[in-house]
Amino acid sequence: MPDAWLDDFLVRALLAGLAVAVAAGPLGCFVVWRRMAYFGAALSHAALLGVAAGVALGVAPGAGILVTCMGVAVALVFLQEQGHLATDTLLGILAHGTLALGLVVLGLMQGVRVDLLGYLFGDILAVNRADLAWIGGGALVALGVLAFLWRPLLTITVHADLARAEGIPVLTVRLAFMLLIAAVIAMAMKIVGVLLIVALLVIPPAAVRPFAPSPEAAALGAAGVGAVSVAGGLGASLVWDTPAGPSIVVVATALFLLSLLAGGRRVA
Amino acid sequence: MTPADDACLIEARDLSLARAGRTIVDRVSLCVRRGEIVTLIGPNGAGKTTLARLLLGLDAPDAGGVRRAPGLVVGYLPQRIAVDPAMPLRVRGFLGLAGAGRGAASRIADPDKRAALAEVGAGGLMDAAVAALSGGEMQRVLLARALLRRPDFLVLDEPTAGVDYAGEAELYDLIAGLKDRYNMGILMISHDLHVVMAATHRVVCLNGHVCCSGTPEAVSRHPEYRALFGDRVAESLAFYTHHHTHRHAPDGSVVEGDPDGHA
Repeated sequence: MPDAWLDDFLVRALLAGLAVAVAAGPLGCFVVWRRMAYFGAALSHAALLGVAAGVALGVAPGAGILVTCMGVAVALVFLQEQGHLATDTLLGILAHGTLALGLVVLGLMQGVRVDLLGYLFGDILAVNRADLAWIGGGALVALGVLAFLWRPLLTITVHADLARAEGIPVLTVRLAFMLLIAAVIAMAMKIVGVLLIVALLVIPPAAVRPFAPSPEAAALGAAGVGAVSVAGGLGASLVWDTPAGPSIVVVATALFLLSLLAGGRRVA
Repeated sequence: MTPADDACLIEARDLSLARAGRTIVDRVSLCVRRGEIVTLIGPNGAGKTTLARLLLGLDAPDAGGVRRAPGLVVGYLPQRIAVDPAMPLRVRGFLGLAGAGRGAASRIADPDKRAALAEVGAGGLMDAAVAALSGGEMQRVLLARALLRRPDFLVLDEPTAGVDYAGEAELYDLIAGLKDRYNMGILMISHDLHVVMAATHRVVCLNGHVCCSGTPEAVSRHPEYRALFGDRVAESLAFYTHHHTHRHAPDGSVVEGDPDGHA
């Protein structure tokens, strides 16, 4: 078999982790610039409902996560357009409402054992070939769509009304961006789990901020920091037998702290 | 001043908008022609910005309609732009986004960006961080960005907010010059009752409804305008439009002598 090297679980874990990191970095830049970290957290909470729905309906958890996250994204845009409640309030309702519902649905399914811990903290070492295929494909599609949306998305990030006055379909672009985040969260769930997904979106862009001369450079740098975090975290987990998902996030956090030191010196 | 073209670039007919039971814009009709500067003035809450948003298509009116000339390219200068400090956007990149609404083919080359910045007197700002621009610099950069789109119609929302008095006069002169060079129609919102620019063709005084409109001189003499802003403010507007050699202190008094020596 020509791709026998994929039989190694570590190689599969590394490739899947890199794919997620490379997609999450550039998308995460917009999460940071648009101050949507809490939105990412809300979607990742909702992802557990997706898992429950997937199990209940007998479809892949990944598909359940994707549909649920997209549902929450659309619901959020709809509720924001009503303009009655602040976004953080809406997100709080959506995040915890869906998380609670997910836990209730899981509880109702008698005789079905779900590895809750695996979903909460990820199970990167258990990535199989099918997971790898859809994570890799998903990352490619997400990056392609992001490249297509790049300039309109930057423009609405700078000033939504300005973008709209100039003919950019702001609502469509916003919705598409939210769906992209939903897709990345569905992919990252296997890697770092519900509780740590936002770290992959937010920490790499924050770490490259002092060094990036342009949005494009920030996107590339964030992908790089994410990739180094995945490789470093997996390596650490191999050497010291630490949990892989949290190790990845710890490495990313360490890189962020380093960037604070280096960035501070750079300014001074 | 160039003579105004007859057809409206943009025309509002009987626009009305209410929010939470309060009428904000009340049956307003307005027309801006090519080569013409129309200035909207009115007290806070008079519906100036809301009317501009209706014209820009950012909000939908409850009644009435907006008609745009076919193929109208609109430029918009918001009052301020708050870029997150975490976003590493420089003026160069920001100007590059000017054509973002027209697809990937509309790349803007660096020499064009430089020319646009030079035209608005902001030649040195090419590599400045957008998040760090001052109010006046931001307005100039926004103006350059709008010009790169070759607009027919420009909407400026209080372009002199956060600009000092000397800078204000300069900015107004710049806008008037660009209007002629690019043959645009301009709608300007001003909270500034003292210094409505001399180049304004028409002033529309808004207080929900259109109180009065006409040349700056005519509006300043209008009883409704005087009732709205008081006689003292009305006087300072009236003599500004006649004399451009002096400046005004923040309270509206004349700080430099003018050749006519009037009080």
